[in-house]
Amino acid sequence: MIKHYDVLKDDYENAGKVSSDIKRTLKQLGLDTKTLRNVAIAAYEAEINMIIHSLGGDITFELSDEGEVILCFDDIGPGIPNLDLALQPGWSTASAKARELGFGAGMGLVNMKRVANDFHIESSPQGTHLKMRFSS
Amino acid sequence: MILKDVIKILDADVIYSEDPAILEKEYIDAFASDLMSDALALILDHNEATLLITGLANTQAIRTAEMLDLSVIVYVRGKIPNEEQIQTAKMSGIALLSVKHTMFQTCGLLYEAGLGRLND
Repeated sequence: MIKHYDVLKDDYENAGKVSSDIKRTLKQLGLDTKTLRNVAIAAYEAEINMIIHSLGGDITFELSDEGEVILCFDDIGPGIPNLDLALQPGWSTASAKARELGFGAGMGLVNMKRVANDFHIESSPQGTHLKMRFSS
Repeated sequence: MILKDVIKILDADVIYSEDPAILEKEYIDAFASDLMSDALALILDHNEATLLITGLANTQAIRTAEMLDLSVIVYVRGKIPNEEQIQTAKMSGIALLSVKHTMFQTCGLLYEAGLGRLND
């Protein structure tokens, strides 16, 4: 099963809707509670990051026949200038608006890395590509 | 501590609660923050029995509770969610309470009554 979602820059009003849909879909498919929660946490952090920091992009969610969940977040820029810093707990370049929403604590990528079984990110000014895998 | 006791201790207003059975549900811990990333990073165990205490009355607090399988949000400082936020909570079966106390007072009252003392 594969689903695609478009995400718009600064679309704060809809922030979290994609992650909510992913969680509901996987719950209906009977994924175990712990894995479901880990997928939801990572999806939500990444979706919020995409809305706050990127120029927009798309999210792909896949459930393999073997029960592995794969989340891909691909945006169209402007990229993360220093990935090593971005992966440090507490490092943040979030705007005042993002902080108003309760984000911008510099924990997003750290949280994703913690809950995913496999975490891969690459970034350039043309876009950031994040892929995470989850297995029960 | 059951939710009915939480409401009594905090003199809380119930903004939304669909299932009356939740009033008898047992809670053993709480997490208090206005930073949702901290909640996503630090609520690791007993999620179904943990209250989220926050002054952040926006949709993201409800989405955070949804992702973490939390079933109750306690808004402090008299904050009240709007109708759209209540509808979002409704879709996930999350009960919403509002209290006049500050976050510090809210935590103090619940801790004094025995909530969150998992290692005692």
